[in-house]
Amino acid sequence: MGSPIWVLLGTDPAHQTAIVSTDEILKCRNLRKTFGDLVAVDDVSFTITAGETYGLLGPNGAGKTTTISMIAGILARDGGDVSVCDRPHGTSSAWGKRRIGYVPQDLALYPDLSARENLRFFARLYALGRAEARTRIEEVLEVVGLTDRAKDPVKDYSGGMKRRLNIGVGLLHRPPLLILDEPTAGVDPQSRNAILESVAALTGEGVAVLYTTHYMEEAERLCDRIGIIDLGRIRAEGARRELVALVGELDRITLTADGTRPVPELEALPEVREVGVQEGRLDVMVADARSALPRVLAAATEAGLVVRAVEVHEPNLESVFLHLTGKALRD
Amino acid sequence: MGPLLLIAAKDLRQRVRDRSLFLLALVVPFGLAAIFSVVFSGVDRQETATFAVADQDGEQIARTFTEQVLAPLERQRVLRLRTAATEQEARDLIARGQARAAYVIPAGFSRAVLSGRPATLRVIGDANAPIGSFVARSVADAFAAEVRYVQVALAVRGGGSPQEAAAVPAPVTLEDLTAERRQLSLAESFSAGIAVFFLFFTVQFGFSSILDERRDGTLARLLAAPVPRATIAFGKLLSGVVVGVMSMTVLVIASSLLLGARWGHPLGVGLLVVAGVLAATGVMALVATVARSTDQAQNGQAVVAVLLGVLGGVFIPFQQMGEVFVTLSLLTPHRWFLQGLADLHGEHAPVLAPVPTLALLGFAAVTTAIALTRLGRMLRA
Ligand SMILES: Nc1ncnc2c1ncn2[C@@H]1O[C@H](COP(=O)(O)OP(=O)(O)OP(=O)(O)O)[C@@H](O)[C@H]1O
Ligand SMILES: [Mg+2]
Repeated sequence: MGSPIWVLLGTDPAHQTAIVSTDEILKCRNLRKTFGDLVAVDDVSFTITAGETYGLLGPNGAGKTTTISMIAGILARDGGDVSVCDRPHGTSSAWGKRRIGYVPQDLALYPDLSARENLRFFARLYALGRAEARTRIEEVLEVVGLTDRAKDPVKDYSGGMKRRLNIGVGLLHRPPLLILDEPTAGVDPQSRNAILESVAALTGEGVAVLYTTHYMEEAERLCDRIGIIDLGRIRAEGARRELVALVGELDRITLTADGTRPVPELEALPEVREVGVQEGRLDVMVADARSALPRVLAAATEAGLVVRAVEVHEPNLESVFLHLTGKALRD
Repeated sequence: MGPLLLIAAKDLRQRVRDRSLFLLALVVPFGLAAIFSVVFSGVDRQETATFAVADQDGEQIARTFTEQVLAPLERQRVLRLRTAATEQEARDLIARGQARAAYVIPAGFSRAVLSGRPATLRVIGDANAPIGSFVARSVADAFAAEVRYVQVALAVRGGGSPQEAAAVPAPVTLEDLTAERRQLSLAESFSAGIAVFFLFFTVQFGFSSILDERRDGTLARLLAAPVPRATIAFGKLLSGVVVGVMSMTVLVIASSLLLGARWGHPLGVGLLVVAGVLAATGVMALVATVARSTDQAQNGQAVVAVLLGVLGGVFIPFQQMGEVFVTLSLLTPHRWFLQGLADLHGEHAPVLAPVPTLALLGFAAVTTAIALTRLGRMLRA
């Protein structure tokens, strides 16, 4: 693919020191927020450790931004606790705020100022020294691929460029916790891909990431753990596998083979729940297709099947979501 | 640079970029100065006014005034003269519109002046003709200064030392019956009034740019940054104050250089201007806290600026309004700003105008304090 892949990491060893030793970077307990009669966030709890990506997956109005705003210290909460790097955190906690990189859902940039001026302002606001800010700004510009356009006013940027800069601002001060609120909304597939790869690279460095989205593909691809949120409540939480298992859906391994027939060796495997036989294909239902695949293939070969093609179908979060909330993720 | 200055500097940079700083700090004050120059020249072309003279003294000094001061002015067509037998007749002439102003020289005036006692030359102005009153008063002012010179010369001739001579009190007190206070001329007060009126529009963006940041989403970023909320508010206020002071400074300097306007002692004018800018910033900030959007804020601020301006005597000198309005005008920063300029204006004006300056600072403190209590409402992303 010819798209520019931008990697968010500098090679600067100073970055490592920004990662605090504690494992639990963010801990939320029983978060609650009401707007009048509306309970926007209700009893939300989760924890994110260093190097982990936690996804909040939910439809419009689920309470994702409200949750994030309370964590980022933008919005006062009506109940619950937040701690950042083991310290209690709230709207007036400068200590915690310095450890959070926040990328708002809506573009938050000064359109009349250039990318460099935007970055400089926020770098200084996060108390980066003049020299440090200068090097960091150039690094971030490089990382978001805007070095060439750094002098232009942001209002002349394309939507994707603005999105990239929007993310770049959140990275300036090397936060151990990065909060991204739907960073890929309205971005073309190339840029989206680049964003996802960069976030993955960051977690490789030990950054904890809180990521909201209503694209389940993103959540599936990026997040180590996912909280499914609807109407202000977390309905289920876990790794994709766990969530899928939770609703009892099975993976399907479809083997296309010559002369299909019942294969008792396959049914004898402990992973295999069910085998469906049709003309020219076998549907093998397992809990975890990826781990079962080698043994399924071995058993099929042993049984004398000539396997021409293998297809793995894993039930996705869309079906989990449907199961949990009775509605589709996207309306 | 602390976060407060950082935020203010960023705001100013934005104003530079969107050209509004250029507009507010240069175009508006120069534009106003240009308007003032037209106003001033309009005064010059005023039709010649008729002044009544009731000379009840008839002696030497009184005749000097009528024959050597007023008569030449009449020959130069600056004014026309009518004699009146009594003060009452002079007042009647004004009442009937046959004279714009009147001089009443009381009996014993010359003797008092010559013997070094204070003497009073009464100027009666037509409240409906402030320009005429102003001219009448200026002429009498000039004469009073002249008489002091004569008096000084007499004192020296009488054998006193120059020091003693200089210590002689100005013998002619002018009693201006048009208004009881020292005041600016119409042209001057119009200029000052427009200046303070526009000042409110100049500073309005400062605090209300919080609403812009909310609209642009950047407020969320500011709130997420490790900066106290009050710092955000003060940074915003500061940017408004800086532009206000810049604009007024340009206006004062431009009008002084281009029009020869004399505003008073730089220190007193400077303090008054800063106090006025702070008051305007506070009032506009308070209005902004009631608004939900930038547009709402701007509308509200415009309404308040106009109302306060009218009440404060920006468009109609408050002396010409009813008593109630004169009292009401004390509730406006405009009135105090104009009063301060009036106090600082003129030959023997004091260096400072403490009461108006303090009154303006009071406005600033109260409005800013209330605005800050409403900050939580403003600082919602
Ligand atoms: N300031 C507010 N005042 C009143 N209601 C609000 C406010 N902010 C959010 N809400 C409501 O709270 C609920 C949750 O909103 P929130 O923005 O957190 O949803 P979201 O999951 O981020 O949705 P989206 O995917 O559309 O961004 C919605 O019903 C929303 O209307
Ligand atoms: Mg949202």
